[in-house]
Order: sequence, then structure tokens, then C-alpha cells
Amino acid sequence: MNIPTLASCVAAGKSPEVLFWVGCAGSFDQRAQRISKAFAIILQKVGIDFAILGKEECCTGDPARRAGNEFLFQMMAYQNIQTLNGYGVKKIVTTCPHCFNTLKNEYPELGGNYEVIHHTVLLQQLIDQGKIKIKEGGTFKGKRIVYHDSCYLGRANGIYEAPRKVLELLDSELVEMKRCRSTGLCCGAGGAQMFKEEEKGNLRINKERTEEALATAAAVVVSACPFCNTMLTDGIKEAEKEDEVSVLDIAEIIEKEMIRE
Amino acid sequence: MTILSLVEPLLFTGLTILAVSLVAKRGKTIFNTIKLGRSENISGPKIERWKNVLLLAFGQRKMFRKPGVALLHLIVYAGFIIINVEIIEIILDGILGQHRLFAPILGSAYSLLINAFETLAVLVFLACSVFIIRRNLKSIARLQSTDLNGWPRKDAFIILGTELLLMSLFLVMNASDTLLQQRGHLAYSQHLTGNFWISSMLHPLFVSFTNETLVVLERTTWWLHILGIYAFLNYLPHSKHLHIILAFPSAYFAKLEPSGKMENMPAIQQEVIYAMQPELAPTDGHVNSPRFGARDVMDLSWKNLLDAYSCTECGRCSSACPANQTGKLLSPRKIMMATRDRLEEVGKVVASNSTWKEDGRSLLHDFITVEEINACTTCHACVQECPVSLSPLDIILQLRRNLVMEESNTPAEWATLFGNIENNFAPWKFNPEDREKWIQPT
Repeated sequence: MNIPTLASCVAAGKSPEVLFWVGCAGSFDQRAQRISKAFAIILQKVGIDFAILGKEECCTGDPARRAGNEFLFQMMAYQNIQTLNGYGVKKIVTTCPHCFNTLKNEYPELGGNYEVIHHTVLLQQLIDQGKIKIKEGGTFKGKRIVYHDSCYLGRANGIYEAPRKVLELLDSELVEMKRCRSTGLCCGAGGAQMFKEEEKGNLRINKERTEEALATAAAVVVSACPFCNTMLTDGIKEAEKEDEVSVLDIAEIIEKEMIRE
Repeated sequence: MTILSLVEPLLFTGLTILAVSLVAKRGKTIFNTIKLGRSENISGPKIERWKNVLLLAFGQRKMFRKPGVALLHLIVYAGFIIINVEIIEIILDGILGQHRLFAPILGSAYSLLINAFETLAVLVFLACSVFIIRRNLKSIARLQSTDLNGWPRKDAFIILGTELLLMSLFLVMNASDTLLQQRGHLAYSQHLTGNFWISSMLHPLFVSFTNETLVVLERTTWWLHILGIYAFLNYLPHSKHLHIILAFPSAYFAKLEPSGKMENMPAIQQEVIYAMQPELAPTDGHVNSPRFGARDVMDLSWKNLLDAYSCTECGRCSSACPANQTGKLLSPRKIMMATRDRLEEVGKVVASNSTWKEDGRSLLHDFITVEEINACTTCHACVQECPVSLSPLDIILQLRRNLVMEESNTPAEWATLFGNIENNFAPWKFNPEDREKWIQPT
């Protein structure tokens, strides 16, 4: 696919309306790359004028900050804000709740002020505006699906309904885990845990969460965060349920189910 | 007035002054101890803060995430506050050597009030009984947790037991009084209030008593009731029960920004700016370098310290904590309790030396271990579940900052993570040049 970078847009005298902040997982992790692609395809189909930063994008610093390394966080933030302000970026959409939280809540007091939106909210807006239409009788029709709340979307930013509203349109049976919305259980990846072994305990957090998801007997576990996606995918593989249950990002589902004109 | 001799009012007044001054002294100590924390700017509109006081502290909205217990808790709380109105009369009676001072003033409304108080007393009694039973149920993990071993568990039972005792004394006091009124005994007959709903049901128990025995019973329960209240008043600021007062300021000062926003460190922000733009750095080479993160309680903000005193150790945080629920050492409740324990220790040193003297101990390591704080996923469930939105997470993150930036004490994988972010601008060791490779067809 062809996605312009901001640098190339500026060179061509264009200023795209939205920046798609891909994030490190979305850029480098093979599984998360598929989410980035799906989301980019949706944006293109809808005709949104967007670009990415490409090589100029750096880690937001979220895992460094939460692991305690404020220096490193500040360095990353400084660099990113310089880049974003340099391009005069006004609106950012991101598929990662951690990037979303940092860009939206933590960059403003460091001099980075943008309208930041998570892709689940954008998808809901596009559906509400009639710009995305869902096929009737699609792949997910009649299937049981369950949504896993990302901590940094849910509790940290109060976004619970947008992803559910999008999923409600699928003609599927949308069920809930025992712990959902504000009581949703973490997948185990937050706070930089993604990048280290868990401390000693009697169970891995992703296993606990996966068991809860499997208990709903859903055929699809829906995530809205690349890290949750990894944790739940691992959990389902460990439970040897990967043939029956798939873990998909909300963008992947919409990309598959939207009517293409 | 023959009910109270001359000695009684004097003795009572003395004890009242003692009880109030002791509790005031303790209050001042707590206030000064909280002030040991570093300053923190509390931002956001006052109207939102008062809304939190009204909804979280007064209205106990978040308690109602568990409706059954919340209702019982509301009964005990409302009962506690409303019955205290009656204490005004009891104290005035005690000081002035009167008996049921308000009865003639309020007339028939008086009986109505006492009836309401008695009804509440019974409800409080029942609710506290349920709480005692619940605390012994194996099925409620957060109340059985080892976090509460020793003093904290005892503390809870002392509080509940005292409430049972105070409510019983109040009812027996009224029962013996109204029985003496019926019999037209001495001064008791001067203020006829008539029977009260609940305490009159106790009359059969005492009806065989002589007038003299009943007077002794009435006087004893009257004294024990009010002295019990004074003792409880002085016990409260040493106990988890302090939450009935501090929940209010904690709710008022609770963070209004999205919970996901971490507190900025302007000193480090500044230092990074100087490193990137050296022309901005001060020429005299003087750079303020404060402590990075928190090693001890004085490094935490006063709000964190207030929170530590406000925590009532209910454990809703820990039962929602993914680390705790999967058997890790971390328990957010224990973070709050450890902070308070260390704070008390520090407060004592400060009180006896009138200044802080290093004691070779610190919150980090001596009270909270590295393994505990490294287990946190920063999922915000603890803050979400706390009825007054206290934040163990905020304390954990400040301790982590100290560990990493002052001790360079970080798990090897995180050291690698930092290296990758610094050199490759991503948490993994990928070539930054490949960042947009995902676009190309595979």
C-alpha cells in the first residue's frame, strides 16, 4: 500500500488533515502490523486525508516513564514534540491506547497540544456519519464475540462505549466477560510489563484473563490495543484454543466487514 | 437536681476537656506529619472537587459498586453521624448537672428524635453484627488476606465491637431511665418523655430491679456510654477509622485529570531541554537537582501522605489488582498501609527531636520491596476501585522512579528496554530505518 509520510507531503506542498501515529508495536511487531494495515485501509477507503511520520516517529516514552525512567521519557517526548510541532500537526489518530494516553494527556504540559483520538472512537464517528457501512450477513453474523477493555482506553481515559457501539453493528452476539468496563482485568502488559518477565506468582496475568475470555465461549476476542492483542493471543495459544478462538483488533474486523464501493 | 451530685459535673467537665485536648493534640500531630510531604499543586475547578466530596465521601457513590455492603456501610455511617446529635445533649447534661435538658424545650419532638436515634442504633447494631460475621467469612478474600495480619485485623474488630457496645449502652440507658420515669422515681419523674420505641422493649429485662438498682444501671450506662465515646474519639485517629474524617479532604483533593496522566517532573523536563538546547542552560552552572522519585515518605507529596491516613484497609484495590490476584507479592492496600506505618515512624522521630533525624530506614526497601513495585501493570484498577479514589499507583510509580534514576536498580530486561528506546527509538531492537516497512507488501 501507499501511505505518504508527513515529510513527503510537506515537500509536495500538502498538509494532511490527520496524522496516523502508528506506534512501535504497529510499526515493528508482525501481528500488530496487520492492525496498522487494516486501519490504514479503512482510512483510505473512507477518503481521509492522512499521513504517517515514518522514520521520524519515535517511541512516545510510555514504557520508559512507567518503568521509572523519566529522563528517557522526557527525551522521547522532547524529540516527538519537536517533530510534531515542526509539521504543525493538529490531529492525531492512533491504534495504541498507550500512545493515545501519552500523546493526549502527557504531552500537552510539555508543549505538545494536539487533538488526539483513538481509532475505536474514530471508527464509531465514521459509522455514525455514515461513512463506514457494515455488510449485512458478514463473517461475524451470529458469532459470539467478546470485547476486552484496554486499561489505558478504559479506566485511564473513560472510553468504554465507542468500541462496543462499533461491535454492536456486526449482527453478532456481543457478550461480556465477568470483569468488564471499569472492572476489566488487565491483560498483564501495561506498566512496561510487556518487556519483562512477570514477578513471582502462581499464575500469569494473561492466562487469568484468557481463561475469563474463554469462559464466555466466544469465537472472537476483540482487542483495541496491540499489547492486549499479543497477551491474549499468547494466552489462547497456551490454552491450545487457537483453532477455535481468534483474537482480532476492532480495526481488522471493520476492515473485513465494511462495504467497499 | 439530685440525680447528679455536685462532684459529677466537675468530674465530667474535666474528662471532657481531657478527651477533647488529647484528640486535638493527635490531630495536630497528624496534620504536621502530613505536611512532611513535598508540595504538590492541586489543579482543577473547585466546583468539581466539592462534587467529589459530595458524591464520593458524603454520598459514598463508589461504595455502591457493591450495593449490599454499601447499604450496611451507609447505615453505620449515617447512624454514627445522626446519633451524635444526641451526644450534644448528653455532654450538656453532664457539664450542667442536668438530665434530658432538651426534653422540656423540644416537647413532643424530643420523643420523636430519640425514637429515631434508637431505630438507627438498632440498625447500626445489626449492620455491625453483619460486618463482624463477614470479617470471619472465608469466602471474602480481601478480608482474610495476610495484609491484615496482626494489628489491622484487631483494629477492625475493636471498631465494630465498640460500636456494638456503644449502641447497647445507649439503649439500656434509655430503658432504665424510662422505667424510672414510669415509677415516678426522684428526679427522673421531672422530665417525662414517655417510653421510646426500642428501649421500651428492654423493660421486661429490668422490671424486677429495685429503683436503687435501676438508678445505678442508668448512671453506669450513662457514664460508660459517654466515656466510651470519648475513648473511641481518641482511638479513632490511631486507627483505620480515621477515614470517616479524612475521606473528605482526600475526596476534595482527588485528581480530576484523566487517571492515565502521570505526574510530570519539571526538573527533569528542564534538564532534558538544557541538554538538547544548551543555549538555554543557566550560565552559572547551577542546576537544581531534587530527589528523583520517592525513597521515603518525605519524598512523596502531602496528598499521598493524606491518602495513607485516609485508607481504611478495605482491600477493594487489592482484590481488583491483576498482580495481587495472580499471586504476586504486590498488594496496593499494603502499599498504603506501609506508607502510613513508615509515616507514623517518621512522625514520631520528628515529634521527639522537633526535626527529622536520619534513622537508617526508608519506605523503599524497609517497608516496600522492589519485587512488589516491579509487579505493577499500572492498570489503574486500584484507583478505580478505591471508594475515595486514593492512589496506591501514584506511590508505586514514584518509588519506581527512585529505583531507576537514583539506584539504577532495574530488572535486566528493563535495562535492555531503555537501551532500545534510547538507541533505536522503539522498545525492541529494530532498525529505526525500518519503521515504515510495514507499508510495503510482504
